[in-house]
Amino acid sequence: MKKETIHIEDLSTGYLTKNNRKVVAEHIHASICSGELTCLLGANGVGKSTLLRTLSAFQPKLGGHIRLLGRELESYTDKQLSRIIGVVLTEKCDIRNMLVEELIGLGRSPYTGFWGKLTPEDREIVDNAIHQVKIEHLVGRMIQTLSDGERQKVMIAKALAQETPIIFLDEPTAFLDFPSKVEIMQLLHRLSRETDKTIFMSTHDLELALQIADQVWLMDKTNGITTGTPEDLSLDGSLSHFFARKGIMFDKDTGLFRIDNEFTHAIRLDGCGQKYSMVRKALQRNGILASRHVGVNYSVETGNLDKEGFILHCPDEEALHVSRIEELIAEIEKRRGQLPPAEELKK
Amino acid sequence: MKRHTTLLMWLLALSILVFFFLNLLLGSVHIPARSVWNVLLGIEGESEIVTNIIMKSRVPQALTAVVAGAGLAVSGLQMQTVFRNPLAGPSVLGISSGASLGVAFVILLSGTIGGVALSKLGLMGELALTIAAIVGALSVMALIVYVSQKVKGNVTLLIIGVMIGYIASAVIGVLKFFSVEEDIRAYVIWGLGSFARVSGDQMILFVCIMVVLLPLSCLLVKTLNLLLLGDGYARNLGLNIKQARFLVISCAGVLTAIVTAYCGPIMFLGLAVPHLSRGIFQTSDHRILMPASICIGSSMALVCNLIARMPGFEGALPVNSVTALVGAPVVVYVLFNKRKSEFSE
Repeated sequence: MKKETIHIEDLSTGYLTKNNRKVVAEHIHASICSGELTCLLGANGVGKSTLLRTLSAFQPKLGGHIRLLGRELESYTDKQLSRIIGVVLTEKCDIRNMLVEELIGLGRSPYTGFWGKLTPEDREIVDNAIHQVKIEHLVGRMIQTLSDGERQKVMIAKALAQETPIIFLDEPTAFLDFPSKVEIMQLLHRLSRETDKTIFMSTHDLELALQIADQVWLMDKTNGITTGTPEDLSLDGSLSHFFARKGIMFDKDTGLFRIDNEFTHAIRLDGCGQKYSMVRKALQRNGILASRHVGVNYSVETGNLDKEGFILHCPDEEALHVSRIEELIAEIEKRRGQLPPAEELKK
Repeated sequence: MKRHTTLLMWLLALSILVFFFLNLLLGSVHIPARSVWNVLLGIEGESEIVTNIIMKSRVPQALTAVVAGAGLAVSGLQMQTVFRNPLAGPSVLGISSGASLGVAFVILLSGTIGGVALSKLGLMGELALTIAAIVGALSVMALIVYVSQKVKGNVTLLIIGVMIGYIASAVIGVLKFFSVEEDIRAYVIWGLGSFARVSGDQMILFVCIMVVLLPLSCLLVKTLNLLLLGDGYARNLGLNIKQARFLVISCAGVLTAIVTAYCGPIMFLGLAVPHLSRGIFQTSDHRILMPASICIGSSMALVCNLIARMPGFEGALPVNSVTALVGAPVVVYVLFNKRKSEFSE
């Protein structure tokens, strides 16, 4: 099932002008397999788009080898490539007065004749693509009436109608809201399994990529490209190293990133379950370290979901009952000065 | 939907016939419909004057309007698609300015240097004008096509085209400054556009050229449809962008050059008709838009010619004013209607 379809050897990407050779990235060694979703991650300007453009033969490589399905990329003609690589781009195409199915039908262009007329077989393939992306409800709509997420799904259906073994997507989720991002990524993951296509996409949605992608490529200026499953990269420290910077913390237990808060004060937190974690999260955001391992006089009792409200215990005061976290935080803020500093507790 | 499209297309084709006949019927001299019919069918018995008016004046004018309207509309459609810009039109790349420049050279310089006002040369002068316009337009087009292979972005190319237009206008301005008033008047009249200028053999040549070129430009429909998707997607679907640009710009350029050479710079039709076709047919498929633009372009040119010649105006209204006066409100109306239907969806 899993098969290497793209093999990259010592590849250099960049731009050639008359008297200048601008290398964006070099010494890239990697391969991409079919039946998998591979995500390319990296900061802006590191050369993700250049790499994708080079792989799609939109611009020439500066050196090295790219082998697609066992053959050098350069040995294919434009016509042949249009049947091997399908692309979905970031750019929002401002097409007006075109029906969804007409646009997907244009994906058949490499196969249609001189006038671009679709045969009954072509129509069947278009219907199939619509079915695979589950956008039957969009048929008959004009492109300009679609939301950004729907439009990207239509472009993915176009790539499917193109019947290429390889699909490249350049930040397909860039302008989408969160649910649409998740939907598109899951769709791509499902398609890679169902159709056994090689799907390679660049993205900035780190969290999603780490949860959904089968393979992750980390691209950066100093180390070049590191590849592997998100889990392996997490274990060997590549991920935490890759995004190591102030304010971001890689949580090795979950294999995901979270924001690293700085704590000024501490408080004891008793309880369990969801209520416990929510109070902890809220307090962390406010710079207060909360844990059941902290032994101080001030404490919050959350109980579990069966109990209503929260109880704040302070020395020399009666226990304070509040019903919402918002009130709890306000009460704690009032006494912030009296809380013990977080630094001392760490010792 | 499909039936709807076919019906509309037949209606448009019919409208060309109707307006064509009206063009033969109406004019400064009253000729009854029966006589027009008889002359057309070659039935003897009509006076020589009537036959001459119809065969030597009204038929050539109407035929010129039909092919010129169609040519400009197709050129405008192609320009709007290749530049992905709704404001593009046949004149946008400075090709009609090139024609104007050629004509300005001939009209204005011949008076100043040769001492012979061209207006007095008659048929020879007309021929010289046509040739000058074609040479001017085609040289600008060659320049644009060359540039189009060098620069990457469409917007850059568009701006270069507009700049070439400005340079041409500036040179014309300088020429005007040094010319005698009579020549300037002749140039201004040329610039107003007319379907009546072409006559006799030249008209036949013009119609023949266009009858060959128009079907040829229809061969580009698949290319144009792919260009709608933008360069990235089009290229991925196997389209050679450079070659496509070369073909489309050359095709649109030659159409504009020839129409401008024979009729003067006819404004507006090329910009407006593609919008009308899209509005009426609610599609961006060039397999429909191309024939639709040809039909609507021809009809509109015929209507404009009719209005310009309405009894009372006696040819006083230049075609250029009429195209804008008639075309602009129609386009605004269509765009407004489209907006409404979009909002209600």
